[in-house]
Amino acid sequence: MKLRNILMASAITVSALGFAGGAFAADNKEVQMLHWWTSGGEAAALNVLKQDLGKEGYTWKDVPVAGGGGGAAMTTLKAMVAAGNPPTASQILGYFAVDYAEAGKLGDITELAKKEGWDKVVPTALQKFTTTDGKWDAVPVNIHSVNWIWLNKAVMDKIGGAEPKTFDEFVALLDKAKAAGVIPIALGGQPWQEATMFDSIVASTGGIEFYKKAFVDLDPAALKSDTMKKSFDNLGRLRAYLDPNYAGRDWNLATAMVIKGDALVQVMGDWAKGEFRAANKVAGTDFLCYRFPGTDGSVIYNTDMFAMFDVSADRKAAQLALADATMSPSFQSAFNVVKGSVPARMDVPDTAFDICGKKGIADVKAANAAGTFVGSMAQAYAQPPAISGAYSDVVTKFLHGEIKTSDSAVTELGKAINAAK
Amino acid sequence: MTTISPTAAIDRSHSPRLRSRLQDWIPRLVLAPSFLLILMFVYGFNLWTFYLSFTNSKAFTSNKLVGLANYQKLWTWTFETDPPSNWYTALVNMGLFGGLYVGFCLFLGLMLAILLDQKIRGEGILRPIYLYPLALSFIVTGTAWKLFLDPRIGLEKAMHDWGWTSFHFDWVVNPSMMIYCVAIAGIWQTSGFVMAMFLAGLRGVDSEILKAAQIDGASTYQTYRRIIIPIIRPVFFSALIILTHMAIKSYDLVLSVTGKNPGGAAELPSTFMYTYTFSRNQMAVGSTSAVIMLATIAAIMVPYIYSELKEKAR
Repeated sequence: MKLRNILMASAITVSALGFAGGAFAADNKEVQMLHWWTSGGEAAALNVLKQDLGKEGYTWKDVPVAGGGGGAAMTTLKAMVAAGNPPTASQILGYFAVDYAEAGKLGDITELAKKEGWDKVVPTALQKFTTTDGKWDAVPVNIHSVNWIWLNKAVMDKIGGAEPKTFDEFVALLDKAKAAGVIPIALGGQPWQEATMFDSIVASTGGIEFYKKAFVDLDPAALKSDTMKKSFDNLGRLRAYLDPNYAGRDWNLATAMVIKGDALVQVMGDWAKGEFRAANKVAGTDFLCYRFPGTDGSVIYNTDMFAMFDVSADRKAAQLALADATMSPSFQSAFNVVKGSVPARMDVPDTAFDICGKKGIADVKAANAAGTFVGSMAQAYAQPPAISGAYSDVVTKFLHGEIKTSDSAVTELGKAINAAK
Repeated sequence: MTTISPTAAIDRSHSPRLRSRLQDWIPRLVLAPSFLLILMFVYGFNLWTFYLSFTNSKAFTSNKLVGLANYQKLWTWTFETDPPSNWYTALVNMGLFGGLYVGFCLFLGLMLAILLDQKIRGEGILRPIYLYPLALSFIVTGTAWKLFLDPRIGLEKAMHDWGWTSFHFDWVVNPSMMIYCVAIAGIWQTSGFVMAMFLAGLRGVDSEILKAAQIDGASTYQTYRRIIIPIIRPVFFSALIILTHMAIKSYDLVLSVTGKNPGGAAELPSTFMYTYTFSRNQMAVGSTSAVIMLATIAAIMVPYIYSELKEKAR
C-alpha cells in the first residue's frame, strides 16, 4: 500500500517534470544552432554572426555535439529530427541537405530569398543544394574549392620552379624537387584526401567537360573510357613523388610539411589556407596558391550550408533572422576571410581578402558564367555520399596498390558505383 | 533490508501471508524497470535493426521491403577478394585482430597474474601499473601508439638516432600490416585488466588444495596446469566473453591507430557498419552487417554459454 503510494508519487513527479521541461522548450527568441565550428578561427568567425543576431534581440544557443566532428554532428542531427525536435538550423554538407529536404524535414524561406534576390548572387550550380523544387530551404555560408595546389615559396625559389600549367609540367616540377632532396608532394594518405586530389587529376586529364560527364552525369562510357584510365595512370605517376610515411596522415600535418619547407606542394582544398594563416604565413610571399595544373578557369566546389528546419511557427522569426544575417555581405566577407574559403554570394567585395582569396572570388564568378562550376565528387557534391564513398574506395585501393592496373581500376569504379546506386 | 523493515513492522499486525507475498514481490518490482529498459533498448532495437536490414533504408529509415537483397549484396562481397571488397577486408581483419587480441590478452594476462601471484615484494605498486592502461580511453591509446610507431618520429627514428640504422619498422604506415598495430595497441591496453581478473581467480584458490598437491609432490608447473587453471576456469569464461565483445565492437582504436583507413585496408565490421549507416547513407546495408555481426557473436557465444551452464547445473 505504501509502495503504491510511492509509485504514485513518483509517477506524478515524473509527469510534472515532463511538463516543466516542455514549457521551457518554447522560446521564440532563441536560435538553436547545430554546428562543428568549434576551433579557434572558425569559432571567432561565427561569433560575428552571433553578435549580428544579438543586436536584433535574438539569443544564440549551440546544440552540443559529443565528439566534435562532422560525423558525430550528423548523427546528433538525425536523432533530433527523428525525435521531432529539430534545431532552428544546422551546419550541413551537400546531399545531407537534399536528404532532409526530400524527407520533408526542411522549412521554407523562399519569401526572404525572393526579396533579397539570392538566386542571382548565389552560383547556379550551388542552388541545387539550397533549394528543392524552387523552394529555398538552406543558405550557403561559403564556397570551398578543391582544385588548388599550395606551394612553399622558399622551396620553389630554391629549385627555380615556375607555375605549372599542365599535368606534365607539374610532374617536371616534382622531378626538380625530388632532385633537390625535398619531398615533392605532401599527401595525407586517407581515402577522402586521395579522392580529393583525384578530382583535380580527372579534371586536368580529361578537361572539365569530361569531369562533368563522368561524375555529374555518371555516364558509363565516360567512366570506363581511356581518359579515365589515363587519369588513374596519372595518379599512379604521382606515387613516385610521395614520402614513404604518407599512409594515414592527417591533412593538416601534410600542410605543415609544406609550411616548414619539408615538402614542396600539397594538393588540397582551400581550407589548407587556414593552416598557413595560423602559422602567420602570407600568401604570395611565404606560400603560393595555384589552380591544379590544367584546371584553371574551373572551380570544383564544396560548400558549407545552414539547413533551415521545419520549426514551429513561434520559432520562424528567429530562423528568418538567422538566414538573413548569414547571407549579409558583411558576414560572408568576415567569415570567409578567416575560413580560407570565398563568399557564397558573388557580389561581395574582395577587398578584405588576400591574393588567393581574390583569385578564388574571381574564379567563382568566371566559372559560374562559363558553366565550369561543378561539385566535387570526393566531397559528395557531385553525387550522394554512397557513390562518393564507393569512388574513394576505388581511388584509395588503386593508390595503395590493392587494385593493380588502371584497367581494373575503371572496371572496379563502374562496378562500385553501380552497387552504390 | 533496512528499507522495508518499517513496512514489515506495520504488516506484522495484519497477516504473515501478506508480508511474505510482499517480500516475494519487491525484488520483481525493483528489477522491473531495468528489465523493461533492456527489453526495449537492447532487444527491441535488435529487432528494429533486423527489420531495417530487409528494407531499402538510405539516409532515413524506410518501410519499403526488398527481401534478402541486402544480404545477397554482402554475400557476394564476402567472396570478392581481388581487389578485396570492404566487407571481405573487414571479415579478414576481424579474424586477425580478434584472434590475436583475445589470444594474447588471455595468455599475457594469465602469465602476468601467475608471476604476480608469487608473493613478490611491491605487488601493490606493480598491480596498478599493469592495470593503468585500462584507465585510458581507446582514442588516447590509439593516438599514442600511432605516434610511437610512426617511422618518422617514433620508434624507428629513435633507433636510427641511437645508431641502429638498419632498424626498420613501418607497420603503422603500411596498409597491409596496419591491423597488427591495432592489435598491439589493444593488447597493451587490455592485458592488465585480464591479469586483474586472473589474479582475483588465483587468490580464490583454496590454499589447502595447493598444500595437498605439494605434499603429493606435484611440480609448480603441474600444480598450475592440472589444478589451479582448471579451478579458475570460470575466469577464462568471463575474460573470453569480455574480450570477444571488446574485439568485435572496437571502433575508436582502429580509427585512431590507422588514421581513417587508408587503402581501405583497416576496415573492421564495426567501422563498416558505421560508415555505411551514417556517412554513406546506406542504412539498410549497415543494418545487415550489424545483424551478421550479432549472428556471428551468437554463433560463438551461445554454444559456449550453454555448455558452461550445463556443466554448472550438473
